[in-house]
Amino acid sequence: MPPDVPGNGAAAVKSAREVLVSVTDLKKHFPIMQGVFRRQVGSVKAVDGVTFDIYRGETLGLVGESGSGKSTTGRVILQLDKATSGSVTFEGQDLSVLSPGDMRRLRPQMQMVFQDPHASLNPRMTVSSIISEPLREHDQGNGDDRDERVDELLGLVGLAPKHANRYPHEFSGGQRQRIGIARAIALNPDFIVCDEPIAALDVSIQAQVVNLLENLQDLLSLTYLFISHDLSMIRHIADRVAVMYLGRIMELAECNRLYTRPKHPYTRALLSAVPVPDPQLEAVRRRVILQGDIPSPANPPPGCPFNTRCPMAQELCVAEVPEWRQLESGHWVACHFAEETPDTSVTTASSGPILTESE
Amino acid sequence: MTNPNPILEVKDLQTQFHTQDGTVHAINGVSFVLNKGEFLGVVGESGSGKSVTMMSLLRLIPIPPGEIVSGQAMFEGRDLITMEVDELRTVRGGRIGFIFQDPLTSLNPVLTIGYQIMESLQIHTDLSDKGREERAIELLKLVGIPGAKKRLDSYPHELSGGMRQRVMIAMSLACSPRVLIADEPTTALDVTIQAQIIELIRDLREKLNTAVIWITHDLGVIAGLADRVLVMYGGLIVEEAPVAELYANPQHPYTEGLLGSIPRLDQKGSKLVNIKGQPPNLYEKPTSCPFAPRCPYVFDRCREENPPLISISESHATACWWDMDNKRPRNAS
Ligand SMILES: Nc1ncnc2c1ncn2[C@@H]1O[C@H](COP(=O)(O)OP(=O)(O)OP(=O)(O)O)[C@@H](O)[C@H]1O
Ligand SMILES: Nc1ncnc2c1ncn2[C@@H]1O[C@H](COP(=O)(O)OP(=O)(O)O)[C@@H](O)[C@H]1O
Ligand code: SF4
Ligand code: SF4
Ligand SMILES: [Mg+2]
Ligand SMILES: [Mg+2]
Repeated sequence: MPPDVPGNGAAAVKSAREVLVSVTDLKKHFPIMQGVFRRQVGSVKAVDGVTFDIYRGETLGLVGESGSGKSTTGRVILQLDKATSGSVTFEGQDLSVLSPGDMRRLRPQMQMVFQDPHASLNPRMTVSSIISEPLREHDQGNGDDRDERVDELLGLVGLAPKHANRYPHEFSGGQRQRIGIARAIALNPDFIVCDEPIAALDVSIQAQVVNLLENLQDLLSLTYLFISHDLSMIRHIADRVAVMYLGRIMELAECNRLYTRPKHPYTRALLSAVPVPDPQLEAVRRRVILQGDIPSPANPPPGCPFNTRCPMAQELCVAEVPEWRQLESGHWVACHFAEETPDTSVTTASSGPILTESE
Repeated sequence: MTNPNPILEVKDLQTQFHTQDGTVHAINGVSFVLNKGEFLGVVGESGSGKSVTMMSLLRLIPIPPGEIVSGQAMFEGRDLITMEVDELRTVRGGRIGFIFQDPLTSLNPVLTIGYQIMESLQIHTDLSDKGREERAIELLKLVGIPGAKKRLDSYPHELSGGMRQRVMIAMSLACSPRVLIADEPTTALDVTIQAQIIELIRDLREKLNTAVIWITHDLGVIAGLADRVLVMYGGLIVEEAPVAELYANPQHPYTEGLLGSIPRLDQKGSKLVNIKGQPPNLYEKPTSCPFAPRCPYVFDRCREENPPLISISESHATACWWDMDNKRPRNAS
């Protein structure tokens, strides 16, 4: 049954945590081609060297602004895109060296739920055939077994058996997302990348889908990489959180710690920018307002990727890429001056001294 | 609390769209008041009628398929709904400015932003060429665009999303409007850029004392901006209250559910409230409470009569038959 405090359940209290997915210095650069001869003139550094582990049973939240490389990270981990360099291991096996046959055998254990429930479901297939497609692809059971499994899956995601023979357009966005989730869990996966699974949904429907994902996690012992730009939702659902900016991870820590004592100047600015639905609190909150825009990942600044907007930047920040290091056990950060950021929250009123102040 | 100084008074606005699938009852009798200098937030999920309300009172609804079936929108003593089109044009973009969600679709891609701002100044002011250019530069500076003079020659695609939204704001302010209508102006932006725009609006409000209507689906965005909030559902205003009152003491089951269903950045809360079901489809005119199929408090009367907005204090009104505080049906006719 779901714990009272969702996302803070079994995984967080388990003492010896087992690494399910391990990502090391992962890069994905997309070539930029130009001219008649389609010569490569540069590259988009969508993911530019990220290193982290995902523990079995946890939800790792991956947050960042648009274009920071979240989706690409998710796709490369699942081998839906080929990495430029670096490695991904799943249960200790290096995925990049697996043969296509071995990868195919491993595939059922790793699934994805997509942002857009409209685009990700084939409009010409019935719900039943959409959900059972992975079962057929992986030769699981005969026709009757599969029908039975489809009924079971529909029940799990809160749809009725009568929905099996309908088409996606007959469903609302939230229901379509449930169909996508049923499909993702059809093969009993261990690990699911949820890429903005609620971003396209109405506010009142988002909670339905998040509650469903939380219940399924407990019921089926799932591990999630939960990608989102919604920092409030990530706080609700994640056990640990990684913050991405321009293809790199800036900070990674246990959820409550990241939200209450962020150490990276970008995390602090990002958190302080999020409005809270509480007029009293908003009236007294002070904000870190960043100047300027996010640089293009085709042309990131030298040194620390955040140095063009960072209120704490110094010469060293342009000269050297900050090392990805552990500040305290489990609290990772990529900033030369992380020790110097104030040890205070930016989400609540008692924010203490912050970097730049607006009124 | 009530400001006796309305600048815009909307009464019983009803708009429908006659489509192949039938008639969409997009808004079904929307009435509200905007006071001078006031910041009015309008929240509701997609399809609740926020945009149609504002487009209707500006008469920007495509007709057909749209039809403004009834209503009045009194602005400075004149009704926008029945006003001659020529006169309306001078009001729109002049005394009433507006900003829409996606600046790419509302800026003309083949004209420089300088041209577009100066064009609006030409329609609404009698400034000289030179005066218009000076004013355009001043406006771009006002909204925090660096190198304003050089930026006059830029095309919309050469700017980032946040910069384009700043240009839109500059344009909407070009003629010192008394009312500014902003329809989800930050929804398409990243959160650090949204924070910049919100800061800008806060700042401009103090400087210009313009009344603002700010539409959003994000209850966080208006919490720190609005004086008063309207909540829309199924083409109706279902609750209206001063901002602090609305969040602390919601009196409509939908508002209550919505506030419970959103997680908060500043605390790790418990399980999110599930509002079961889905928003209504609008193919039929509501004859019962549009929230009834999803409402945890529903009782007989809700299915028989659509509740009007009922005042429960001087400044707080809710369209609901159930008295949530006293846990009993409301005494209202
Ligand atoms: N197939 C591709 N070819 C070229 N560039 C790409 C490709 N896929 C992604 N990119 C670029 O890589 C960068 C990271 O993209 P990605 O989709 O991973 O970002 P994201 O963090 O998921 O953003 P969003 O929040 O908008 O979904 C972007 O600049 C994007 O334009
Ligand atoms: N041009 C149109 N043709 C048909 N229906 C429309 C049109 N514009 C809006 N609608 C319908 O009107 C209703 C309210 O829409 P809108 O005001 O845009 O909602 P929102 O609250 O998201 O701004 C929706 O059901 C929408 O589909
Ligand atoms: S390394 Fe320098 S520029 Fe980068 S976040 Fe830290 S202080 Fe800022
Ligand atoms: S009128 Fe009835 S159904 Fe509608 S919101 Fe109130 S209690 Fe619920
Ligand atoms: Mg993405
Ligand atoms: Mg709208």
